[in-house]
Amino acid sequence: MPFIPHTEADVRAMLETIGVRTTDELFDEIPPALRLRSLEGVPPGMSEMQIMRLMQERAAADGFRSVFVGAGAYEHHIPAAVWQIATRGEYYTSYTPYQAEASQGTLQLLYEYQTMMTSLTGLAVTNASMYDGASALAEAALMAARLHRTARRILVPRTVDPAWRAVMRTIIHNQGLSLTELPYDAATGCTDLAALDSVTAAEHAALVVPMPNFFGALEPVDAMTDWAHEHGLLAIAVVNPLSLALLQPPGEWGTHGADIAVGDGQPLGIPLASGGPYFGFMACRAELMRQMPGRIVGRTVDADGKPGYTLTLQAREQHIRRSKATSNICTNQGLMVTAATIYMALLGPVGLAEVARASHANASRLVEAMCAVPGVRRRFSAPVFHECVVELDRPVDGVLRGLEAEGILGGLALGARYPELDRHLLVCVTETKADEDLRHYAAALRRTMAGTGA
Amino acid sequence: MQAPDNLKYTETHEWVRQEADGTLTVGITFHAQEMLGDVVFVDMPQAGRSYRQGEECGVIESVKAAADIYAPVSGEIVAANTALADAPEKVNQAPYETWLFKIRPQNAAELQSLLDAAGYQKVADADKH
Repeated sequence: MPFIPHTEADVRAMLETIGVRTTDELFDEIPPALRLRSLEGVPPGMSEMQIMRLMQERAAADGFRSVFVGAGAYEHHIPAAVWQIATRGEYYTSYTPYQAEASQGTLQLLYEYQTMMTSLTGLAVTNASMYDGASALAEAALMAARLHRTARRILVPRTVDPAWRAVMRTIIHNQGLSLTELPYDAATGCTDLAALDSVTAAEHAALVVPMPNFFGALEPVDAMTDWAHEHGLLAIAVVNPLSLALLQPPGEWGTHGADIAVGDGQPLGIPLASGGPYFGFMACRAELMRQMPGRIVGRTVDADGKPGYTLTLQAREQHIRRSKATSNICTNQGLMVTAATIYMALLGPVGLAEVARASHANASRLVEAMCAVPGVRRRFSAPVFHECVVELDRPVDGVLRGLEAEGILGGLALGARYPELDRHLLVCVTETKADEDLRHYAAALRRTMAGTGA
Repeated sequence: MQAPDNLKYTETHEWVRQEADGTLTVGITFHAQEMLGDVVFVDMPQAGRSYRQGEECGVIESVKAAADIYAPVSGEIVAANTALADAPEKVNQAPYETWLFKIRPQNAAELQSLLDAAGYQKVADADKH
């Protein structure tokens, strides 16, 4: 259903019909003391021409950079067809299109999205998406605590994105839940499994298992999933959806498979866009379905026996269960999910695997070339997807500035997030880079290292 | 459908049958299932858990609502009708023959606070809208 705004004539006619002079009068039950007269901090509006010029100047100031940073948001090629279709009015401006009688197209798209995500994760049920990966992980923690009933703690490796751990803390804190962090092995870059021996399992509702982890490394997911189940915890997988085109899906981890899988869908056709909007996904085993938050679309038949789509299992949601709902979320990231579904449909499983494989191959080649530069070495021994941590023999910031001068955003300096890794750089390479981009990076790094001195 | 005379009731529309072994069998009334509409799922209390009289111990989901089930007396759950998972519609079809859970009462005095059929019928009639 497209969005069509009212004209001034429409507004006047409606006000006249109900006997009201101005739109402001419709709000006159709000006490005068609470009403703003004007927004003094907001400058006057600009015309479209003025705004476009301002935004072009701002964008030009960023300068073009060849991007080798990942850390939760990844630059992948987005086929032109994705946003050409996603910006159709029926998708782009429809507002909360969940009514079966008005939005069969959107509901069908969400059902197809859900189907694709269950296929990628190897789990039975998914929802129609959440705000982002970090809040999806927090919701998974709340879900696990509800299912466990007594435990008030969640086990989280330090190899999970620090921003996601911070979001978890913020969201679960007011429900009396807290995190127990697990250290990582300094040699492998993966969760230190020996640390699990000193955990009081009964106090914990779930173990979070990242794959790949923040360092790009592939964790021992089978061992971690089995440990969780053997000790009465749920296993929450945190995964890069693109990597699932190549890696074993969470539903097949360990003996019984992970119980819940979450992540951020940004790699699936969503532009970097200065940090968002992205979308979170969540999938779970069939038995846990009634505790999963978020919208769920189901397929059924109408009174004439024709297929139709509708929201289902709504008794979990707050408009029916109120304070006892599984979550306060009552929406999904509709536009982002639309783009991601088109992206996945265009690429298919073969295309997704090609993108994943090319990203992995490029990352391997670049890291090899980087480590041929004196003063640079690969830090962790675990295999990686498309990101890797390298250690420099000098502070990272100077090297990054040198690379920037050559038009390269060289990676993420890890020191601010992991103080023990202050001379370490997290480098990401995707399928967007050609051989000459990798050669240019390695050469620029060599020049910068020679120039900046140890 | 009139509330059967051989059962006791709560104001929250549960019916209670006293068994020979001292346990109570609990279900929901005709009036309750009529207000709920088609039942699609019953979230049962777990055997072994204890509840206070009036405490929420489960949820009945219908196509349009989710209603709490309340423990009619304080006690420990001894059994839950897990077969209902495959046939929740039995709650609508035969509300007085379909049990949800059995509870062993801790406090005999609480049984006095339950309504008889006539007392419950008044509650149900006042509730109709």
